[in-house]
Amino acid sequence: MIPLRLAPRLEQKVAQTALWVFTLATVAVLLFIIVFILSRGLPVLSLDFLTRNPVDMGKGGGIFSTIIGTLALTLLALLVATPLGVGTAIYLTEYTWGGPVTRVIRFGAECLAGIPSIIFGLFGFILFVTKLKFGWSILSGGLTLAFMLLPTIIRTSEEAIKSVPASYRQVSFSLGSTKWQTVTRVVLPSAVPGIVTGIILSVGRSIGETAATIFTAGSALRLPTSVFSSSRTMAVHFYILAREGISMPNAYGTAAILVLSILGINLLTYALMNRFIRKYK
Amino acid sequence: MNGAGTKAIEITDFSHYFGSAQTLKRITLDVLRNEILGVIGPAGSGKSTFLCALNRLNDLVRGSRVEGSVRIDGQDIYAPDVNVVELRRKLGMVFATPVPLPRSLFENIIFGRRLAGRTGREEMSALVRDSLEKVGLWEEVKDRLDESGLKLSGGQQQRLCIARILALKPEFILLDEPTSGLDPVSTMKIEDSLRLLKKDYTIILVTNNVKQSARVADRTAFFLGGELIEVGPTGRIFTAPADRRTDDYLRGRFG
Repeated sequence: MIPLRLAPRLEQKVAQTALWVFTLATVAVLLFIIVFILSRGLPVLSLDFLTRNPVDMGKGGGIFSTIIGTLALTLLALLVATPLGVGTAIYLTEYTWGGPVTRVIRFGAECLAGIPSIIFGLFGFILFVTKLKFGWSILSGGLTLAFMLLPTIIRTSEEAIKSVPASYRQVSFSLGSTKWQTVTRVVLPSAVPGIVTGIILSVGRSIGETAATIFTAGSALRLPTSVFSSSRTMAVHFYILAREGISMPNAYGTAAILVLSILGINLLTYALMNRFIRKYK
Repeated sequence: MNGAGTKAIEITDFSHYFGSAQTLKRITLDVLRNEILGVIGPAGSGKSTFLCALNRLNDLVRGSRVEGSVRIDGQDIYAPDVNVVELRRKLGMVFATPVPLPRSLFENIIFGRRLAGRTGREEMSALVRDSLEKVGLWEEVKDRLDESGLKLSGGQQQRLCIARILALKPEFILLDEPTSGLDPVSTMKIEDSLRLLKKDYTIILVTNNVKQSARVADRTAFFLGGELIEVGPTGRIFTAPADRRTDDYLRGRFG
């Protein structure tokens, strides 16, 4: 006999309360961060802040060039990482039998996901900035980010593709489709919501990234004119403003924009996805 | 094309393996044109594997391997130069669980035709109507062809799946326990469709329900443990089976 054993109903009550407290704590911390940033950042925000370039190292002016820099880097990273990642996921799930080679590739991708972003930054610096002579540029930064995002995109796409019922494939093949037709007409349309979720996750990561981009895209404040321009992202801008004590209000303003844009992207995607799913179900 | 009653499929000494497990043991069997061949046997007797060997759907499973020969219209379907995609169009298959693809009724039916290449809207509409009429579904769904196939009832979904096969203009229809999840009325409708379809197609019906084979099949084959125990006219198999094991199975002594 264990004397400390609780009656099942009491046990259930205790468990429920404990779980409720954990959830509350999580939500409270998240809310605190958001309220903290927005309360300090929102007062700084204005149309000028969004549309003017930084002046005087960021002490004055807005953050327009860093918004453009962030967008350009993220876009480039996605343009490279999405086809590579989704393609790899399709190959691993649809074109192999899941043998040792597949497992090694998957294991490699997972290890890649655990590498700190500063290592990617250093790798990008050595390969793209110096060896390939792209310099500190959107190109170097975008490619580095792409490598960093690949594992996430591969993993989530793989899960999404695997969750498409095997019976769909069977039916598709039995109706005389080739493997590629099955992939493009049956598997991918059903997997798109999951794949897009993975891509959104990586957009968030890419927008918030500092360590990998500061090494590879640099921190120029000028408006970028081509993929070979060096550019500062919002996250890097925030880091420099805050660390060097240039302007805390502007730092929080930047942070607020970062938080709001990630929120906006998520909301927009869910809205789009809902429409998409309704169309196909 | 040959007339009714001639050999459409000749299976000779055919064995199938998944890895080291032998799932079909030296099957020799002919399928005659425009007949309904019922295939009965307990779970795990190799009925479905047999069916999937005919359209080479077993190829999708790792470690699938065959010996012996299957000739369809005189051609060995396991010969290296066989176009498997063409083969599968020739043998339309219906599965135990109806699987409408997540798209409209219309798109479901022309899915196979679209794969083969684009054709005119007009021709597609005619094809959809014709296929649905053959399974008696046209009147029920003609006003909602752009609705999702997933919105139909189970029995309607299964008839949709048969219509989808017919749109391929196949020679053979392979059915893998097509009514196992359906109510008696839906089952009856499908059996009625099969009797009508026999005129134009050769049908192989795998079923867990021996009475279904008795109702619709011209000949019945009994499988047990990957072996073909016996095959013959349905009436004879059910009244005077040659093998003791067939008799036992039909009387419900096992399976």
